[in-house]
Amino acid sequence: MAKKKTESNNSDRDLNFELLRSMLLQRRFEERTAEAYALGKIGGFCHLYIGQEAVSTGTLSMLRPDDYVITTYRDHGQALARGIAPGPIMAELFGRATGTSRGKGGSMHIFDRNTNFLGGHGIVGGHVPLATGVGFAIKYRGGDQLCLCYMGESVVNTGAFHEALNMAGLWKLPVVYVIENNRYGMGTALERASAIHDIYERGAAYNMAKAHCDGQDVYAVREAMKECVDRARTDSAPTLLEVRTYRFMGHSMSDAVSGTYRPKSELEEWQKRDPIVLLRMHMQEQNQLNDAQLTELDEKIKKEVQDAWDFADNSPEPPLEALFEDILVDTTSDSHAQAMAGD
Amino acid sequence: MPVITYRDALNAALREEMHRDDRVFIMGEEVAVYQGAYKVSKGLLQEFGEMRVVDTPITELGFAGVGVGAAMVGLRPVIEFMTWNFAVLALDQIINAASKMLYMSGGQYNIPMVFRGPNGAALQLSAQHSQAFESWLAHMPGVKVVTPGTPYDAKGLLKSAIRDDNPVLFLEGEMLYNTKGEVPDEEYLIPIGKADLKREGDACSIITNGKMALVAMNAADQLAKDGIHVDVVDLRTVRPMDVEAIRASVEKTNRAVVLEEGWELAGIGAQVVDYVQRDCFDSLDAPVIRVHQADVPMPYAKNLERAAKPDVAKTIAAVRKVMYLD
Repeated sequence: MAKKKTESNNSDRDLNFELLRSMLLQRRFEERTAEAYALGKIGGFCHLYIGQEAVSTGTLSMLRPDDYVITTYRDHGQALARGIAPGPIMAELFGRATGTSRGKGGSMHIFDRNTNFLGGHGIVGGHVPLATGVGFAIKYRGGDQLCLCYMGESVVNTGAFHEALNMAGLWKLPVVYVIENNRYGMGTALERASAIHDIYERGAAYNMAKAHCDGQDVYAVREAMKECVDRARTDSAPTLLEVRTYRFMGHSMSDAVSGTYRPKSELEEWQKRDPIVLLRMHMQEQNQLNDAQLTELDEKIKKEVQDAWDFADNSPEPPLEALFEDILVDTTSDSHAQAMAGD
Repeated sequence: MPVITYRDALNAALREEMHRDDRVFIMGEEVAVYQGAYKVSKGLLQEFGEMRVVDTPITELGFAGVGVGAAMVGLRPVIEFMTWNFAVLALDQIINAASKMLYMSGGQYNIPMVFRGPNGAALQLSAQHSQAFESWLAHMPGVKVVTPGTPYDAKGLLKSAIRDDNPVLFLEGEMLYNTKGEVPDEEYLIPIGKADLKREGDACSIITNGKMALVAMNAADQLAKDGIHVDVVDLRTVRPMDVEAIRASVEKTNRAVVLEEGWELAGIGAQVVDYVQRDCFDSLDAPVIRVHQADVPMPYAKNLERAAKPDVAKTIAAVRKVMYLD
């Protein structure tokens, strides 16, 4: 199943090291998230990203800081890969005042204005029209940014997906719709939910460029994403990119790892193509990474995640006054929004 | 003072605000080339171009979300629903996205936008096209809900809604578009959240909103012929609600009738009655009576529709009842 590495700069050691660091950070963060959930430090719904790290790292490594990112409730990995500090993310999961949303959003709603991270959203399909709207705003202002919109493959069966992609195709908006096809919408297999199984073919209905790629190979993701980014920047045109990946964990913390809906053997087969292992092996083959360097990197990341845990654990809960804050802004366009416009 | 229609008042508000702020755009079905299903956006395409006056496919959920996304990154969308009945398809974007974004982002992303369109029943449009949505929409925090009843209020409130940095749900009336009233040439704004005392009297308070303000004024004029002078408190905005205006009127008149277009259960009137019983308990000389739509889907037949709707006669009867005249 190994895919030929075609990206020209995959011999770039510094780049590869950064890609590895990004993916490993997500992996270690999510492992500790699972632990914290088991200890009761995290509540509510919590969806882990383990197994899909090449998707976030591969796509986000092709973006500029002034681009926009919007995603679903499975948002920790993308938030980290976008460069949001692990401490405030973990603090958000812990429901603390120092969290990215001051403890009011939780696992499913990570937002960060500094990195144009427009949120994790909890209604399947609901955020896809928002991405189209961001693309509209970019075009309205004549910018060359793009909006990267993540979603699971089950989203393509919603009306919101259809409506949003139709307008993006109709109006030629600079949006990259990335479908993280991890094979299961909660516990329902793709083949049991969608009338067609090559999800990217749906782009044809919207006169939209479409592509698919291997989601376990970070180079394949980057290469596919590059075309999408170029298309958005130079032609102001959208792309539907299906990235084929796999969720190594259950849908959420209440779902067993393999569950009743998928055979253990299938999971094990996909785990052989762990995106982090694939990149590590490639780097070792290229003599870009030795065991000592790997251990050093891993220890450094583990400490970074431990620091995030400690930051969260030692942070205060939100003050009770916060309950009634952030419901409405007490401003009009003359003051507040003027200052926020154009970012 | 010039007398213009409610439709033209809205059109003027849009035009003025689009001149004032180039982040404001209008989007919806038939708003551009067709000049608006109810001609509220007439002339705007010619004046502002197709980037700012945008026809959409028939796709309420989609274009409502496009508005929310554009608002997140600094534009100020005015999203037109051909009727609020169709906005039911877009409720996910209003309820789950627009109203909650500021809160669940911990104050990072406000949504400065307006959702607007005709609300409530017209004539013989039957069940799916004849619903008043203010009580549904006012239920949730995170939005403002505005229901102007006159051309003057429509213009001043729409301008305020467009300038507001929060999501404003702006409910017009299909039967109001052709109504006329005085609207000054010079610019003015009406603050969101302030009621207006549209008739003054001391016999009873009629507390109402939206299209029913006209019904209430008509009822008040007829009652005045019998020497019964009532307050008409037009809430204008139902979220936030001007509780102080309700209290001041009821403390003066000691009696209240609450008139609304929608259904009884969990209606706007239920909330008004709650405020009245809490804030004005010692002032009341009679139980408060509510006038509302019959608890049925809107029928088509003329006589049945008339029977279902709140109207002047029902309002007068309610006032006479709380005054123990009948």
